[in-house]
Amino acid sequence: MLLRRVVITGVGVVSPFGRGIESLMAALLAGRSGVVRVPALAGITGMRTRVAALATGVDAMEIPRKFRRSMSNMSVFATLASLDAAAMAGLGEEQLGGGRLGVSIGSTTGSPQTMEEFFRDFGADNSLERMKSTLFFHIMNHSCASNVAQALGVTGRILAPSAACSTSSHAVGYAAEMIGLGKQEFMLCGGADEFHPLTSGTFDIINAASVAFNDSPTSTPRPFDRDRDGIVCGEGSGILLLESLESALGRGAAILAEITGFATNSDPGSIANPDAACIADCMRQALADAGVEPDQVDYVNAHATATAQGDIAECAAIAGVFGPETPTSSLKGHLGHTMAASGALELAACIEMIRRGLLVPTLNLDNVDPLCAGVMHLKGVNERQVNTVIKNNFALGGVNSSIILRRYQI
Amino acid sequence: MTDQEIVELINSSLAEEFEFDLGGMTPETTLFEDMGLDSLDVVDLVIVLETAFGMKIREEEAIRKIRTLGDIHSFVIGKKRQTEGA
Repeated sequence: MLLRRVVITGVGVVSPFGRGIESLMAALLAGRSGVVRVPALAGITGMRTRVAALATGVDAMEIPRKFRRSMSNMSVFATLASLDAAAMAGLGEEQLGGGRLGVSIGSTTGSPQTMEEFFRDFGADNSLERMKSTLFFHIMNHSCASNVAQALGVTGRILAPSAACSTSSHAVGYAAEMIGLGKQEFMLCGGADEFHPLTSGTFDIINAASVAFNDSPTSTPRPFDRDRDGIVCGEGSGILLLESLESALGRGAAILAEITGFATNSDPGSIANPDAACIADCMRQALADAGVEPDQVDYVNAHATATAQGDIAECAAIAGVFGPETPTSSLKGHLGHTMAASGALELAACIEMIRRGLLVPTLNLDNVDPLCAGVMHLKGVNERQVNTVIKNNFALGGVNSSIILRRYQI
Repeated sequence: MTDQEIVELINSSLAEEFEFDLGGMTPETTLFEDMGLDSLDVVDLVIVLETAFGMKIREEEAIRKIRTLGDIHSFVIGKKRQTEGA
């Protein structure tokens, strides 16, 4: 359990639906898909998938060159989302640079785009003579965290968790624990990733990428659906501004929601295939961390990326922990899989679902796969009082994570 | 290339790389104070000039003494003339 209460006072998102939580929620509630056909993928030998969910509404030129020169797209996304989260929380230079605010932001890797550009050039004549001074800052694993800290003048702690699809859930969970321990008062936390064919290719070669809907991109991915055929890779950033309850109350900040529990565990059974028992154990640990029982959870925001194995294992785990009556949905049908951004981006949406009393259904779920039965799948927007949410993320590498989010109550 | 063409190529290359307004670039413009460049930018400035003019200047001692845009103009013009005369 957290030793101090940790609340959320700011949210920033860059998603396939543009910049800002309003555009994200409008799209989710309207049932729109951010997936598009990417013609460039057709030119890659061996690449079967042709679709992705690309970030829109981003103007990198908003960031001064002094900071932008060390950024690839993922850091641009993270910086713009961080600026928005800090602005929503009403933070100024005093808090950002006061040493009590830290950064916990991760990505799957350093910039794949910059790495490709470097090695293409390097391979031409085995020369480093054209290597730019800022190359390292694009490709280092803590690129997003450091670039955000530089651009916002942050002087507190820097943490850059990296666990693929669990990255930003880790970033948020560890940030909450850092505040809970009293080591920091505020944390900008979340994740970001930029689209690169390497990401799609990684899933494509293990037969986990969607390839059957290249001509109807908005029909895929299809979490839990019997016709699902895999992941659609996406990009963007989700950033939350966490703060101790004392700090938020002290400065009269608007409190959006509370983080009450976090758990993560390792699944050594397989580096690629999730295990239902291990997922269930992760969720139970998160519930115990928050001190809530399964029947107190109003909504499960599933990881569900529309792979054959992942969706089945997660459904079995959810059914085992929560039974058949807890509303469950995945946002991957709308957003694709935004990788390291997905945890925090989807948490941002969960915060809004709590605030609005509206649950977003799973897009493209027309016919539930019998192997994904046993849970209450949402097929339409569901209006209800939502107090407690569990958010799941599971990553290649055998890394599970679950976060408990709660409506703020005094 | 004429001296004027060299100056114009230097200015346009640096303007593009460092996002300067060409109209504000004069020989008296200082790299660090006026243009706001730092040690990382100087590394990239050398690459920009090497790429634009197809010459190696990274190890030149004179590079370390450059302070203004005019210093760059003189240095590159001198190198070009030296190369042409060799």
